[in-house]
Amino acid sequence: MHGKALPYLLLMPATLFLCVFFLYPFALVAFEAFTRDGGFTLDNFRTMTGNWKFPVAFWNTILLAAIVVPIQLVMALLMATVVSRLETGRGAALYIFAIPLGISDLAAGLIWLAIFDQSGFLNTLLSNLGLVDRPVMFLGYQSKLTIFVAVILAEIWRATAIMMVILVAGMGLIPREYHEAAEVFGASPWKRFVKITLPLLRPSLQTAIILRVILAFEVFAVVAALGGTNLPVLMGETYNWQFSLQDRNVAAAFALLILAISVGLTLFFLRVLRVPKEARI
Amino acid sequence: MNALKTLAGAALALSMAIGGAQAQVLFWSTQARPVEETQKVRSEVLKSFDGQVDYQVAEDGPWLTRLQAELQAGSGTIGVLGGLHGDFSTVGANLVDLSGVDIGGVKLNEAYKKLGMLGTNEQKYLPWMQATFLMAANKQALQYLPAGADLNKITYDQLIEWSKNIAEKTGSPKFGFPAGPKGLKHRFFEGFLYPSYTGSMVTKFRSAEAETAWNKFKELWQYTNPNSTNYAFMQEPLLTGEVWVAFDHVARLADAFNQKPDEFVAFPAPAGPAGRGYMPVIAGVAIPKTSPDMDKAKALVAFMLKPETQIATLKATNFFPVVDVNLPDDMPASVKAFGPVIATMTGAPDALPALLPTGLGDLGGKFNQVYVDSFERIVLGGQDVRGVLEEQATALKALIDQAKAPCWAPDKPSEGACPVD
Amino acid sequence: MSAVAEMPIAAPATRKAGNWLLVATVILLSVWVLLPIYLLIVNALSSPEEVTAFPKRFFPSFDFGSLSFFINFAGVGRALWNSVLVATLTMILSIGFGAPAGYALSRFDFPGKGTFRFLVLMTRAFPLPLLALPLAVMFIRTGLDDTAIGLALVHTTLALPFAVLITFSLFSGIPVELEEAAWTLGCTRLQAFRKVILPLALPGIAASAVFAFTISWNEVFAAAVLTIENRTLTAFLLQSLGESPLYLKFAGGAALVIPALIFIFAVRKYLFAMWGIANR
Repeated sequence: MHGKALPYLLLMPATLFLCVFFLYPFALVAFEAFTRDGGFTLDNFRTMTGNWKFPVAFWNTILLAAIVVPIQLVMALLMATVVSRLETGRGAALYIFAIPLGISDLAAGLIWLAIFDQSGFLNTLLSNLGLVDRPVMFLGYQSKLTIFVAVILAEIWRATAIMMVILVAGMGLIPREYHEAAEVFGASPWKRFVKITLPLLRPSLQTAIILRVILAFEVFAVVAALGGTNLPVLMGETYNWQFSLQDRNVAAAFALLILAISVGLTLFFLRVLRVPKEARI
Repeated sequence: MNALKTLAGAALALSMAIGGAQAQVLFWSTQARPVEETQKVRSEVLKSFDGQVDYQVAEDGPWLTRLQAELQAGSGTIGVLGGLHGDFSTVGANLVDLSGVDIGGVKLNEAYKKLGMLGTNEQKYLPWMQATFLMAANKQALQYLPAGADLNKITYDQLIEWSKNIAEKTGSPKFGFPAGPKGLKHRFFEGFLYPSYTGSMVTKFRSAEAETAWNKFKELWQYTNPNSTNYAFMQEPLLTGEVWVAFDHVARLADAFNQKPDEFVAFPAPAGPAGRGYMPVIAGVAIPKTSPDMDKAKALVAFMLKPETQIATLKATNFFPVVDVNLPDDMPASVKAFGPVIATMTGAPDALPALLPTGLGDLGGKFNQVYVDSFERIVLGGQDVRGVLEEQATALKALIDQAKAPCWAPDKPSEGACPVD
Repeated sequence: MSAVAEMPIAAPATRKAGNWLLVATVILLSVWVLLPIYLLIVNALSSPEEVTAFPKRFFPSFDFGSLSFFINFAGVGRALWNSVLVATLTMILSIGFGAPAGYALSRFDFPGKGTFRFLVLMTRAFPLPLLALPLAVMFIRTGLDDTAIGLALVHTTLALPFAVLITFSLFSGIPVELEEAAWTLGCTRLQAFRKVILPLALPGIAASAVFAFTISWNEVFAAAVLTIENRTLTAFLLQSLGESPLYLKFAGGAALVIPALIFIFAVRKYLFAMWGIANR
């Protein structure tokens, strides 16, 4: 059984599983995006792009992902590096950094709303310090910028741990001799990080970035909690069409758009962060 | 690894063991979702039903998805459905005719019963409970009430002036409006603002009167707490003091009155040039065609309409009875505060009741969206009122024509699709 | 494995300054992560009046009223059990399906490899609530509806991409030579995998397990649609969290977080199990 059949054998369970529980329902939904009242049509996509909220939702989603993901990448690398260099308390630090993993986006939205709300913790702090006379409205409809900042902070807080855990697991595999050798030759910590850690971490980096980017396009609960109706995003519009407007066809079109963006970016990162076979340890 | 295997085995065995045992009726509802209310419905309302009920709530998305799945699969576990008028309009064709259900001697509100036919000649759902929207104010706000204004006869102009006074005297806008994603803002525009200014909901959508209405609302919006775009339930900002005067569904104001009964007053919705427009909220009970035990389901529907059940429901959810009952004295503070105000509002000489949209089928959501979009574009986006109304009117007309829905109150009955002038 | 914590590290004098920086960074990052959690707990342990009061208190008054509402809720125990069961099954399924696939992707070049990776990623890029309807119809027809295993299968589609990709990147990081060395020493491929590779891949498997568990634990939509009698904790109590009074929102949020934290705590050491393989 060794030889050519083995990889297919190993992939078989996952493939069969995905065919039944993902591809089949997916095909049904995708089909709805291209039909209306039984006939083939692109009207659903036209309705989607013609909606006045569409450009706003589209750009908000892109902008959020473009800001949040790079910051998270840097923070996750920082966390993973710090954890890997700790001599004592490593387990505790890792645990603390991983805590947000256990928190649903619903709860995360709630927590950050309690902070930024007009009668929230941040305002309490500011007025206790005498910095403001009366509570500041961070999340009002005129202050789109502060809403945006609040959402970015909440997203960074909530979802950096996902990348961090993947990177920590990957860093554990980098042979220590590499670092020690570099140290002997007098390489600075920064240089060691750039020349050794980053290249050797490439497989994990790739995974972390791709997964995080895909999730970034599904951002919804935190945005809804903090931004209300002020910050439409693609996922929110999908739900709106599916459940409030009860138009499954247009909702399916939105979902396919999200999929297309994610797939496009995934291909991009797969290419940029390719792991050539000869570069492996 | 071995531990893992044991765990897997045990888990699998257990997952097979649970399940089965379906002696009880599953009551699948979008109402009484706040956990405390759910609990009260289970423990106080349904406990005395002869035969077990499993009361499960779900948000609109899962509620509908589950129901659609059972209908598509052709068999299901849901026995009885609970939802708002709008929830049922999309699945009307798959609901059992309830006209034969024996509800004993109770007298059911006829107008609501007719709504429950969803424009067909079958009783698609039976009215279950009703509510409406009211205004609530923090007592601190009363000192800024404009001279000569009577809370029970308040007008939109007075409300604007009042909110302006409060904003200027306290330094921050304190009118509140549930304009968040889960807020019920569309009902305000459909059933309160439009009728009050135009005497219509659909026909005069882009009239000059409608333009005035939107401009008035824009004026009020200047004195409205900008956080309003985050609010779903006005009871919370009322309790925190972020908001002093608010408009919302009674069930979404109740907590403020129950927690601090002495701090708040309730009063009717304001009146405009065309009258005091107001809209009821009607929840109903229905039975899907896939209901596993039809007789038991019908018994539960009848049980929900019994006067004792209706009173227990009022206590649990702040939704009022739809049958003739005498309310006892031991009511929660919120019910005591709202009851007389609702009577004042509906009995006012200028009262102008607006009905929930009928005959729209699954276009109900899109109908609401016309009003919400108008609000977001005119008030939040600052777009030109005339232009937005023209565009939205086109969308509205397309919807009404597609559904061929005749007019409903306050618009005059029409032959064929309700016109949008 | 136990040598991890006390691994000797050469510490030249120049490192002193670096160490301070390191400690400061750890503290800063910990505060960033913990502060919001702390505020959640403060709110969960405050009375309803305090939750809506302004200015807010930064210390809890240890009012257990809101929390005990959840704990005393009829059926909480059963729902908690269902949640644990579904999460555990999800964990087992996603690792069982995902790890072999991850290994195949990292060790072999074969036609169809790209397609498979793509398929896996696609599952994560499509909103689940839209898939819920066809899935529910399928489940009702096949009898999987309202079972823990049925819901776990759906959650597995969410967790599988994590499992496949994480194990893939981990296996790719393990030198092929190690495996080859084992073969030359007389191990079969299976033995080599079990004795050499698997222990090294433990952190990745642990990470996948963490993801699978927390994804399943926090998933609301499919749970609300696909379970009726056997509701999970999230579907049972907290799907309407957004509409409950503020103090219950916080208590519910906290109640949901705690079990997930216990789970992460339980598996955290595996994340580090093979730290620094070169020293072995």
